[in-house]
Amino acid sequence: MDFQVVVLAGGNSKSLTPLVSKDVPKPLLPVANHPVLYYVLHQLEESNLKNLIVVVEGEDAGLLVGAWISGTFVDRLHVEIAAVPEDIGTAGALRAISHYLTAKDILAVSGDLVSDVSPGAVAATHRRHDAVVTATLCSVPISGSSELGSSGGKDKTKKPGRYNIIGLDPRKQFLVHIATEVEKDTRLQKHLLHAVGQMEIRSDLMDAHMYAFKRSVLQEVLDRKDTFQSLKQDVVPYLVQSQLKSQAVLSGIPQAEEDGNKKVSFPNNQVMVSQILANASTPSFHELYSMDPDGFAQTRKTHKCCAYIASSSSYCVRLNSIQAFMDINRDVTGEADHLLSDNVIGPSPKLGTKTTVGPHCMLGEGSEMGDKCQVKRSVIGRHCRIGSHVKVVNSVVMNHVTIGDGCIIQGSVICSNVQLQERVVLKDCQVGAGFVVTAGSEYKGESLARKEK
Amino acid sequence: MGAQKKGATARVSEDPEELARHPLQAILLADSFTTKFRPITLERPKVLLPLVNIPMINYTLAWLESAGVEEVFVFCCAHSKQVIDYLESSEWSSQPNFSVTTIESHNSISAGDALRLIYERNVIHGDFVLISGDTVSNMSLTQALQEHKDRRKKDANAIMTMVVKQAKPSPITQQSRLGTDELFMAINPVTKQLLYYEDKAEYSKGFISLDKTLIADNPSVILHNDKQDCYIDICSQEVLSLFTDNFDYQHLRRHFVKGLLVDDIMGYKIFTHEIHSSYAARIDNFRSYDTISKDIIQRWTYPFVPDVLCGSSAIKVERQGTYRASDVTLSRSAQLGSFIFIGQGTKIGNDTKISHSVIGERCTIGSNVTIEGSYIWNNVTIEDGCQLRNAIVCDGVILKSGAVLQPGVILSFKVVVGQQFVVPAYSKVSLLQQPTQQDSDEELEYADSTSGTGELRSDKLNGDIAPDLSETASELGTGGVGYIWKVFEGAYDEEWRHSVAPIPTDKLVKLMLDRDEDEELLTQDGNVISASGELKTDSDGNGSEDDDNEDSRDDYVSFEKEVEATFLRAVHENVKVDLAVLEVNALRLSYNMASVDCGGAIFYSMMKLAVESPHNSASELHRNAADIVTTWQKLLKSFLHDIDEEIEVILKFEEMCLESAKEFAALFPQILHLLYDKEILQEDAILRWADEKEGADESDKVFLKRSEKFIQWLREAEEEEEEEDE
Repeated sequence: MDFQVVVLAGGNSKSLTPLVSKDVPKPLLPVANHPVLYYVLHQLEESNLKNLIVVVEGEDAGLLVGAWISGTFVDRLHVEIAAVPEDIGTAGALRAISHYLTAKDILAVSGDLVSDVSPGAVAATHRRHDAVVTATLCSVPISGSSELGSSGGKDKTKKPGRYNIIGLDPRKQFLVHIATEVEKDTRLQKHLLHAVGQMEIRSDLMDAHMYAFKRSVLQEVLDRKDTFQSLKQDVVPYLVQSQLKSQAVLSGIPQAEEDGNKKVSFPNNQVMVSQILANASTPSFHELYSMDPDGFAQTRKTHKCCAYIASSSSYCVRLNSIQAFMDINRDVTGEADHLLSDNVIGPSPKLGTKTTVGPHCMLGEGSEMGDKCQVKRSVIGRHCRIGSHVKVVNSVVMNHVTIGDGCIIQGSVICSNVQLQERVVLKDCQVGAGFVVTAGSEYKGESLARKEK
Repeated sequence: MGAQKKGATARVSEDPEELARHPLQAILLADSFTTKFRPITLERPKVLLPLVNIPMINYTLAWLESAGVEEVFVFCCAHSKQVIDYLESSEWSSQPNFSVTTIESHNSISAGDALRLIYERNVIHGDFVLISGDTVSNMSLTQALQEHKDRRKKDANAIMTMVVKQAKPSPITQQSRLGTDELFMAINPVTKQLLYYEDKAEYSKGFISLDKTLIADNPSVILHNDKQDCYIDICSQEVLSLFTDNFDYQHLRRHFVKGLLVDDIMGYKIFTHEIHSSYAARIDNFRSYDTISKDIIQRWTYPFVPDVLCGSSAIKVERQGTYRASDVTLSRSAQLGSFIFIGQGTKIGNDTKISHSVIGERCTIGSNVTIEGSYIWNNVTIEDGCQLRNAIVCDGVILKSGAVLQPGVILSFKVVVGQQFVVPAYSKVSLLQQPTQQDSDEELEYADSTSGTGELRSDKLNGDIAPDLSETASELGTGGVGYIWKVFEGAYDEEWRHSVAPIPTDKLVKLMLDRDEDEELLTQDGNVISASGELKTDSDGNGSEDDDNEDSRDDYVSFEKEVEATFLRAVHENVKVDLAVLEVNALRLSYNMASVDCGGAIFYSMMKLAVESPHNSASELHRNAADIVTTWQKLLKSFLHDIDEEIEVILKFEEMCLESAKEFAALFPQILHLLYDKEILQEDAILRWADEKEGADESDKVFLKRSEKFIQWLREAEEEEEEEDE
């Protein structure tokens, strides 16, 4: 497949402090003992999409990520690392690496996506409809928002939440409207509605941040609209809105550069082909719209914006908050354990007597635990040393962590190289890398981190 | 409290036994409360107009009977006598299991009034079908009724089920084939609950806006642009009482449906029932009259087609959809095309061509006449050589030889068109004069005289016709009788939309071009909205700010205009200052403006007035301004609460001097001084303005320089004061 994949592994990591740091950039944040980037790359490999560019923000992070990838996926994927300046947004990042893009279509995936949606299926949908953009949509995850959802039922606790609003054509193939994080009333463009006839407006779908683009169009949009920062907020909505009048967008592509005499037949052929490919008995609204009323000549240029809707059973979460981090860790070791191809429990960790490790747990290799410990629904990284009488519930402990005797850890994240001295009690805390918690201290709902020098 | 009680009684009546006791009832509104069929409806009620030679109301009643309705209440208002007489003399008064009762009113001006009156009569005892007398349908009610009842059992608030049908509006004109405007409906695909209804979407707006709670409450909503409202509603008893509770509900859709949709206190719900294979449509305008007539001739409405409805074997269907009564006198050389109807006793002369038309009873049609797509009612005389295209010709009309009706012509009762006269396209001709004041205002549509008063007027006019005839003869050629109604400005553009004539090609082409242009604009607008994520609520008084949003700027401009108008009225009518303050405040609230904007706008209006009052020299202008400021200082002052607002006024003034009222440029310092003297501006405000301007561009400082002396003086005064304080 002539597809080039761009993994956007940058992103604002402020929401994830103190979990991420200079030493651990967001793409390398371990989720169930694998850097989060692993999940995306793994899915891409499964779909046989092996030609990748991984875009990382900042040179240092680039080196770290590059080192990890070449160590893990050597010979399996053809990966180039591109470091871009920080805070230029997803669209900015693509603009910065635009000269690397050569394939006919581009698949842009967020590096923090933990999902089992097949990128290959998205790419295939994109090709089948000859679309300009195909966005991947999945059901709003039950895990993350189930609490929110149930509280939404009771009107009292209802938050003035933000909604993703997706408009689909009646056959659920095309995107007619997309607005993310909407707080206000939704405005729908009438002329699109006229063309489509009926539009299904869904607020229970989420944009998974996996897009297939037609390269020529993407580059042109990025060139023209230099204020566009984000794929999700700017580029995709723009393409969706302008899908029925795309001469502005498509003037640069070969279709319009055809010779005068060829021009007449070529677009019609294109329509035919895409119709056959789309297996459609009736032409899509794009074609109907682009026809003259008498149904012959094409007078308008349109482009198609497709939607790939993942089945409701598929797993799809973005790691963009500490809550999401906890959820993903829990799910990957639990209900969504098919995401990891390799073994969940590392080779023979050393456990003391009467130490119990419950289901949905993960112990990294080389970790040791003392006597009478309890581990429930938690992930423990590599080479951790855990004393006796330690209780770890619903928590994530990264690598090289030392936990003293009698510690109780609930719902917390302990980053690498942290030292917890004896009888520390942590509840809903995040402990940044290298932090030392003194003996006997108790914390609840706090974020502990070393001060940056 | 009241609602709860109602809910309780409703729940009791849901007992299946009790339901069984009630026969299915229907309310048939025999008045459309609109003026779309004028001038015809000035003389005859709409429901009695022939539709393929049978009065419309017969289609509706026949359908109701077949659908299992046992009791129909016919509400008549305009020309109620005619409707009652017709029903009494017709077969409907003597049907065994189908009772038709008339309810007469003389002062109802809307469907809302009608339902309130029916509520008072207390004749409806359960679920009923609400329909108007101009509806043609052959759908089965069983399923819709069952759905309605099942929903009611679960949820007493589900009080209405609307029947909708697939009908995609034309992509070019954005109106359905029935000539109705496009309709936007949001429906929950699972429950079929109606969530949004907009039939008067402003064309100028390129988007429609859905409330966020609507989307939040329904994970999936389908927004339809391809459905048609059939105006057949299955209602529960509460609907009537709701009309009584909300005495301002007039229109069934615009007020009642929309009112319920936005009202979330009572929680009443409306559901939809979509029909797929059966027919349902309402005759709303001349275009739908044309469309539905054709549908009837083509038998989409079977069994409600002329040959079946007439019962007797009087009418025979022949090849190519030709309906012919038994005793038609047809010349051998007459050419009858497809899809035509010819009524009893009609005579057709030599070489006459007829196609796609309906011709009523006892008409006399001469030789060499061409009739295409026209509707000719009873007792019409068409002399030799006439040509009719897409016209409606009412009873008793006489077309003298050689007359030509261009597309879209409506000839009301007994009009006579003179020899060789060409009636221009879309003309409406009547023996009655056009009512002098026809208000296009939406609200007044109901108060219009189609109902009640219209009848009186026509009766009176009937007597007056004779003396008028001689004067108007010229209007329709030699020997012609009747008035050609004037088309009102603005309405002219719309005439072709609802006419019986098909839309001319040039209009379509123009519309297509317009649409493309519009879209260009709209898409650009859309980008503004999407790029910034959401609309900015910023309504900075300075309309010239670049980042100011289109919308708020528009708002501000219209606000400013309103304020100016209010101010001028206050000046001319000597309105008291307090009242003026109140009015401006009301405007401020309705436009959601800050008091800063009011200050600016009022000051702007005052200065504008000063410029516009006659003056010969700068000093006179100054005097004008001084007078106005003196008189109205209190008004201005009441919107200037703090220094920022005062600075705003200075900035506004600067802007005026540069743009709209350059004459003031020379007077800038004087006016500033004046405002200071009148204590409208505090010295702090002026000094702050001066400070702010200090850092501005040279071009921006023009006025600062001019008023340098004054400011200098102010500063010195201030210093002196300070010294004194010390």
